[in-house]
Order: sequence, then C-alpha cells, then structure tokens
Amino acid sequence: MLSFTTQRLAVALSVALTVSIVAFMLLHLSGDLATAIAGPEATAAQIAEISRQFGLDRPITLQYLDWLWRAVHFDFGNSFYYRDTVTSLVASRMPVTMTLGAISLALALVIAIPLGVLAAVYSGTIIDRLALGFCVLGQAVPAFCLGLGLIIVFAVQLRWLPVSGTASWKNYIMPSIALGWYAVPAVMRLSRNGMLEVLSSDYIRTARAKGLRPSVVILKHALRNAIIPVVALAAVQFGFMLGGSIVIEAVFNMQGLGYLAWEAIARNDFPVVQAVVLILAVLYVALTFLADVANAFLDPRIRLA
Amino acid sequence: MTAAGITLEAAAARRRGGLLRRSLGHGGLVLGGAILAAIIAIALAAPLIAPHDPYNQDLAHRLIPPIWQAKGSWEHALGTDKLGRDYLSRLIFGARISLLIGTLTVIISGTIGTVIGVCAGYFGGRVDAVLSYVVTTRLALPVVLVALASAALVGSSLEGVIIVLGLLLWDRFAVVTRSATQQIARTDYVAAARAIGCSTLRILGSEILPNILNALIVVATLEMAHAILLEAALSFLGLGVQPPLPSWGLMISEGKQYMFFSPWVIGVPAAALVALVLAINLVGDGLRDVTAPENRG
Repeated sequence: MLSFTTQRLAVALSVALTVSIVAFMLLHLSGDLATAIAGPEATAAQIAEISRQFGLDRPITLQYLDWLWRAVHFDFGNSFYYRDTVTSLVASRMPVTMTLGAISLALALVIAIPLGVLAAVYSGTIIDRLALGFCVLGQAVPAFCLGLGLIIVFAVQLRWLPVSGTASWKNYIMPSIALGWYAVPAVMRLSRNGMLEVLSSDYIRTARAKGLRPSVVILKHALRNAIIPVVALAAVQFGFMLGGSIVIEAVFNMQGLGYLAWEAIARNDFPVVQAVVLILAVLYVALTFLADVANAFLDPRIRLA
Repeated sequence: MTAAGITLEAAAARRRGGLLRRSLGHGGLVLGGAILAAIIAIALAAPLIAPHDPYNQDLAHRLIPPIWQAKGSWEHALGTDKLGRDYLSRLIFGARISLLIGTLTVIISGTIGTVIGVCAGYFGGRVDAVLSYVVTTRLALPVVLVALASAALVGSSLEGVIIVLGLLLWDRFAVVTRSATQQIARTDYVAAARAIGCSTLRILGSEILPNILNALIVVATLEMAHAILLEAALSFLGLGVQPPLPSWGLMISEGKQYMFFSPWVIGVPAAALVALVLAINLVGDGLRDVTAPENRG
C-alpha cells in the first residue's frame, strides 16, 4: 500500500509540474502578452514600457521559474484589473465554487446511484430502459440550457426560487441541479454496470441460496462491491464540475472562481487566468490521486496487480 | 478469380448485409440517423429553404412571437430576434455552424488522438509511458476554461474555436485507440505480417488501422457531440463564434436578456441543439451496439 501510494504521488506531482508549465506557456504562446495588455491603440514605446514593468522582457524560462516559485508560496501576483492580489481574489471566490461543486456532486450521486442499482436489478425491463433513456437525453441537454430552463420555470413563472446570486441556500438549488446533471449519466452507467457484474457473481448466488432477503443481498452484499469504481469516478467528476462550473456561474451570476476566470479572460487579466487554470488543474490531479489511493484501499486487487 | 477470393467476397457481402440489417433493427440508431440526416440536409440546403436572409435586420419587426402564440404569423414562423432577424432562417443557417465545427474539430482531434493512441498501443514500453503521461496531463487541464482562455487569445472566431477545440479534445481518441491497438497488436495476423517482413508503417496502415476503425467511428460521433456542446457553451459565454453569425449558442446568449418575457428566444435554439446532440449520441451508441464483435452473427 505504501509503495503504491508513493508511486502514485510521484506521478501526481510530476503531472502537476507539467500542468504548471502548460498553464504558464498557454498564455505566452498565444501571442505577445505586452501588446495584449497595452491594448490595440498603444505605441511601441508604451508596449516596451509595459514589457519592462511586468518583467516580460526576461528569458521565458526565468519568467516561468519565478512564477512557479511564487505560485508554490501562494503568491500569484496582482490582478491587472482589480486593485487586489490574485490570491485574495481567489480565496474570496473559492467558497462559492466549492459549495456549488459539493452540493452538485452530492445531488448527482443521490440520483444516479439508486437509479443505476434499480436499472441493474430490473435489467432488461421497462425501468432499465427508462433509466438508460434518461441518460441519453441527459447527455444531450447542455448544462447552461438546463439552467436557463430552470430559471424560466422556477424563478420567472412559479417564483419559487431566486434568479441569480449567492445570497441564501435557495440560490444554490437550481445551479446545483444544472451542474450535477453533467455527472448523472456517467455515474448511473457505472453503478449499473458494476451492479450487473456483481449480481452475476458466485457469492451473490450463495447469499441468495442461503435464503437471505433480496434487499439484504442487494444493499449489503452487492452494493458494497459495485460501488468501489464509483468512488473514483465521483472524485474525477468533482474535478470536472469545478472546471465546468464556469458556465453555470455565468448563467446564475454567482461570484465564484469560474465567474472570476470568465471576467478575467474577457479583460485580459492574465495573472488571474493563469492562477485559476493552475489551481483547478492541481485540484484535479489531487482528486484523481486521492481516488486512486482510496480505490486501492477499498479493493486490494488493484494495489496487488 | 480464385474460389477463395469469391468466398471471401461473398462473406464480406453477407457481413455488410448483416450490418445493415442489424442497424435497421436498432431503434435508437434509426431514430438518431433520421434526425441527423434531416439536420444535415437542412444545413446543406440552407440557402434554398430559409425563408429570409438570416442577417437581414428589420428593427420595425423586433421580437415577433412564433406561430404557436396568439400574435404569431407564417411570415416569421419562429418569430424574430431583438434585431428583427427571422429566427427560423437563423436556426437553419446555425445548423451549418454546429455541423462544421463538429466535423472539423473531430478531424483535427481524431488525427492527433489516433496517432498518439496507435503509437502508444503498438510500440508499448517507453513510448507508451511517455504518451500516456501526455494524455494524463491533458486530462488534468480544465477544458472549458482552457478553451475559453485560448479562444480569447487567438481571437474569438469560427476558425479559432475549431482550432482550439481540435487541439483539446483528442484525449478520448487516444485512450480508446490505445487499448484497441494493444488488442490487435497481440493477434496472430499482426505477428504473421511482421514475420513476412512488412514495414511498421504498413502494419499500422493495413493491419491495425482498419481493425480499430469501428471503435474510432464511435468515439468520433461522441466527440462530435462534445465539440458542438462546447462551441455552444463558448459562444454562450461570448468568447466563441462572434455576431452576427447565427451560432445556436450565440442565439441563446443573445436571447438571455429577453427570456423573462419571450422564453422562446432561448427555447428554440436550445431545442435545436438538444435534437442535434441527441441524434449524434444515438447514432454513436447505436453504432457501438451493432459493430460490437460479440453481436456479429
């Protein structure tokens, strides 16, 4: 277990390092930063001045190492737009995105796992077909369309929920449904397939032959093994949700990390964009690492393979 | 022609016939194929069937409601947008943009992903380790955010969106072709081809590639749907396709401020988007079912 963990940790750290290079280079390869910051009407002298001021005239590797060294110490420089450090901006926006992501994930799991188990237990019946059909339809509805649809129905026509903002828990209901929607088909399919596989195994037949009630067999014996791969998928989906919440935050005007990144991209606020890309990527790497370790802990077959 | 050649041809013909029969018996594939064919036909014939010029503004007739509402008229069957442009015509021309982006993105990303996947799967060892690492790194990048940031930097435009998405969405191609190639590379006929001295390029081209094609087509359809959804999201956020092009995502974005009084301005393009993505996904899922080897009679 220890060697497995250290090996995975080494891979995760090196991926995080590579991602930091990509996040840094992305903005440098796409064009001349100084020109972009200065705007279309700047003179050559102004561009040179900006280049010097932001240290963009130094060699690129030096700029990267300097940026990385500061990033490791949670110093991402100052925002070009806000009179504030990137770190404090990110810290103030992070809770909204994390809350949204956590509620969305919980919602997705609460809907998808029982649905997947039902579909597997009644596989081949109308319940299974309905569940799979729901998945196909779910994958075709873009999250932002669902969000807008929810606003029209529940905020405008029924007036049950607030349209936008983050003022109370009620503001999180519709965004969480729209964001969690993304993960439902994947989680449902995986729990259905896992359950189908487990239900056909010998120990389930034994449990049934012993005369245990079907509910005990399914919930106590089968679900425990079927759910293992879902743990890893849930972690990965949480990472996707943090990245995908940018669209949902834009629909519902929630001042989260995604909204911050969206504004920053539109305003050429490069330090903020770089920081958010790096933070989300590193979070994803950390989540997949934790999922690998949790999986290996839950299922000895993985760590011994 | 030799007897063996004839038998092989007959077998191939039977297999093709079987594939067609299985396809027609698959409800989802037929439904998806029909919707997709209809949307492609509409996109190709757009200038012929669109009742109005999709760019023609008429400020005297702004936000006319669609036909199913009391004030609707056949002149503008789906109403008009905030600049008085005919919504049905914009919707029809918008199909071109979605299909164009879906197709070109998949050609770029499919090429990148297949090269990576086939090389990793065929050569294995250190090549596989390096390429798999590249895939892992790509998966760690938040797609929407990176696409937004790079689209903004290369300049938000139709070409920009296609290039950015093409360079980003190759991960699933690489993962699927890698494992498919690994399976094929272990077969006897690949060993035989190697034994008679075929070059690596020839083995990859005439033994590996034709045999992973089925898997490749399935991934291509699903990634096409993914690309279309991402374009809509990017355009919705204002950093994808730019006005006045009639992208469905852009139409939803432009309609957002009117949705409280005229919900159809976002409902109509959203429905079109859902229909297209649903059709492509049904085709992809259906193709996977009918081409899976275990289903072959």
